[in-house]
Amino acid sequence: MKNIAPKLPVEQYEKNFAELHPPFTRNSAVIEANRCLYCYDSPCMKACPTHIDISTFIKKISTGNLLGSAKTIFQSNWVALTCAKACPVKVLCEGACVYNAKDEKPIEIGRLQRFVIDNYFAKGMPTLFQKAEKNGKTIGIVGSGPAGLACGAELALLGYDVTIYESSDIPGGLNTWGIAPYKMRREDSLKEVELVKSFGVEIKTGIMIGKTIQVDELLKKHDALFLGVGLGESPQLSLPGEELSGVIGALEFIEKVKTENWKNVQVGKKVAVIGAGNTSIDAATESKRLGAEQVFIVYRRSNVEMSAYDFEYDLAKKDGIVFHFLTSPKKIIGDSFVEGVECLKMKLGEPDIKGKRKPVPIAGSEFILPVDMVIKAIGQETKSSFLNSISGLTIDDEGCVVVDQVSYQTTNPKIFAGGDCINGGKEVVNAAYDGKRAAHGIDAYIMKK
Amino acid sequence: MIDLSINCAGIKSPNPFWLASAPPSNSAYQNCKAFEQGWGGTVWKTIGEPVMNVFNRYGGLDYNGQKIFGLNNIELISDRPIEINLKEIAETKKLWSDRAVIVSLMVESKRETWHEIVKRTIDTGCDGIELNYGCPHGMSERGMGAVVGQVPEYCQMITEWVTEISTIPVLVKLTPNVSNIQLPARAAKSAGAHGISLINTINSIIGINLDTFELKPNVGGLGGHGGYAGPAVKPIALHLLSQVAIDPEVNLPISGIGGISNWRDALEFILLGASSVQVCTAVMHHGFRIVEDMIEGMSNWMESKGFSSLDQVRGKSLSRINDFGNFDLLNKTIARIDQSKCIHCNLCYIACEDAAHQCIDLTPVNGHNKTEVREKDCVGCALCSLVCPVDNCISMVRIDDGSASKTWNQLTEEFRKSGKPMTWENLAEFQHKHGIEIH
Repeated sequence: MKNIAPKLPVEQYEKNFAELHPPFTRNSAVIEANRCLYCYDSPCMKACPTHIDISTFIKKISTGNLLGSAKTIFQSNWVALTCAKACPVKVLCEGACVYNAKDEKPIEIGRLQRFVIDNYFAKGMPTLFQKAEKNGKTIGIVGSGPAGLACGAELALLGYDVTIYESSDIPGGLNTWGIAPYKMRREDSLKEVELVKSFGVEIKTGIMIGKTIQVDELLKKHDALFLGVGLGESPQLSLPGEELSGVIGALEFIEKVKTENWKNVQVGKKVAVIGAGNTSIDAATESKRLGAEQVFIVYRRSNVEMSAYDFEYDLAKKDGIVFHFLTSPKKIIGDSFVEGVECLKMKLGEPDIKGKRKPVPIAGSEFILPVDMVIKAIGQETKSSFLNSISGLTIDDEGCVVVDQVSYQTTNPKIFAGGDCINGGKEVVNAAYDGKRAAHGIDAYIMKK
Repeated sequence: MIDLSINCAGIKSPNPFWLASAPPSNSAYQNCKAFEQGWGGTVWKTIGEPVMNVFNRYGGLDYNGQKIFGLNNIELISDRPIEINLKEIAETKKLWSDRAVIVSLMVESKRETWHEIVKRTIDTGCDGIELNYGCPHGMSERGMGAVVGQVPEYCQMITEWVTEISTIPVLVKLTPNVSNIQLPARAAKSAGAHGISLINTINSIIGINLDTFELKPNVGGLGGHGGYAGPAVKPIALHLLSQVAIDPEVNLPISGIGGISNWRDALEFILLGASSVQVCTAVMHHGFRIVEDMIEGMSNWMESKGFSSLDQVRGKSLSRINDFGNFDLLNKTIARIDQSKCIHCNLCYIACEDAAHQCIDLTPVNGHNKTEVREKDCVGCALCSLVCPVDNCISMVRIDDGSASKTWNQLTEEFRKSGKPMTWENLAEFQHKHGIEIH
């Protein structure tokens, strides 16, 4: 990079990446729990994609039955700590809290859930669930992200032998590698991995399916397979200059940050993040917190169309991120290092097939945004070449694996799938639900045979 | 101009708010501080026999995170020497001539002992005497306090020993730990008492520590019954107050006590006939400063209701106290839910379904549940409206179907006259005639 942002003092990094939402104390948790109305058939439970019985777990906090509370949560969700910290609660459970309708502050469900699960791990993961007798069947799971973990935990309790194959050396998928450190640290994700392992699930890391071992071999070895492989790399911008030093994919960048070796993550003095989704916000705020002087988000449409949640947008603005809306990158400028992005101003035209208004270039509006680093955050590619190589799978136009909505079975009866690889990229909580449902789909399939 | 001044059995104070005989009224320092902050009177913490307290003496009852919903204590009467108390009472009264200073007394059951302490008390210049016949712990085991209040004959005898020599008003403070509060009240009346104070604390064990199995409060591993007070006892106090207030054989001014924390509570006691009110637990929780809101809130309420003096308020609700047999059986009400206010917590549904008459239907509409009362099945019990967290969302609506009123007493009399026995069949016939179906 041409101009690298100077390193910060160690304390400053820790301060910059300190938790946005600090934990409740026991006393404050009980006070908040007592505020809960204990609704019947509550809207928050319906709004949670995993349908955690929220008012029940909160009631148990107020009576001091914290283990019972953890059990209530885990009955619906095996990655409850990640969800507590990384879920967009404002648009899910907390957004549905009846207090909103009363113009009062909704219950802080995310923080309460975290309080319960933190306590559970601090207590050394006491046994909450009885495992069924071993049934002699074996299931292979590809990917140890939230979908794979949830599927594995559920199957292990049902009596299956479960092996999870993980390409990385450290398991947990995006829970481990993809969540901004001020929301959640890697060690929290690894606690959930430990919980799943405690049910007897074996996790083999450093295994590249298709390289280390072939899918056909797994199909021979196991009675069924679950694919929770997520998505792939950041896609190409297909712009001139993309090969220059200083251009990096958002996930690749965030993964480096998640090593928590702050000093080793290089960031430019001036950074442009291309795209305005939630991952773009993460990349932008993390750049800023690593010491970048100026960070821009460049997006073709306006703030109305961007996919980032409002609270993420607010966070970025608080961090001093500068938004260039209605701006499209035309090319990345520089000799061997990035020196700037040539941009073009846009205006919104007619809505496209998806209903989003199409950006139309304004002739002669080119300008140069001088930056030292470009982070590509325009989504993730699907793992279509890997998925297409598996016989019997159907892959849709978006590159997602087609599954039955109830059983999560693919068009290859022995293969099931869930998480980002079937939905194109949703929340952790959706993957957790998919994995759990798929486990029951697999169980029904095996038991019928 | 709102006048909050009162005269309770000849004891006058600029407002009805007195400190109850309790830890907050233990010393000149405390009572003077309370007067500075606006309290109208104090009942000095009971003086009398030599006592010694244990260290740990209070137990709190918390509810849903709310501290001290109830408070119990095993503290005794004043553990300061009587001479110091009498000296401080005299000094306090001299400094605060416009405030009521009442002295609570408890000594052994001997006529001479009572005569002596009454004389010494009157010598302080105080405005009145309150006889502590209520303390349920510690003293009762020594033949004083509640054991006196529980036996009308003792109550009468000791009260007479006081009234026969007292030159100032005498209030008798009653224990609630009796089956009929009217009996000791009548005894006090016939012994010449000038007024009644009630209630003293209720016998209680406030709780058990689930880790150690010790009682609360725990005194070196032991515990026992204490006196229960605080907001949780207010309904019991209001009832006992009403029983004494409506008793024509008593007909004495009353100083109301029991869970009064604010002006609203105080007004409820006054509406049921209290002339003054006494406060302890709320002060133990928040300090003397609460009196500012009590005075201001009560004045504002009086102004908004068009009252200028508490004489216009006192006892205003007493005429409404009646027997169940005189309640109208045909005064039909049903619950109505204002859908525009509903927040879809469904608490009304589950309460009605599990604990009442299964007459609220839950129908999914637009991703939430719509709660609707099946009016023909609603018995108007009002449980749903009580659990609803939204103000005025569920109202109990009077259904006037033209039925004349009919009380149980009238109904049984009618049955008797027409020679009908009170059977389920005959009752069902009456209900059916008035469109009431019980299922």
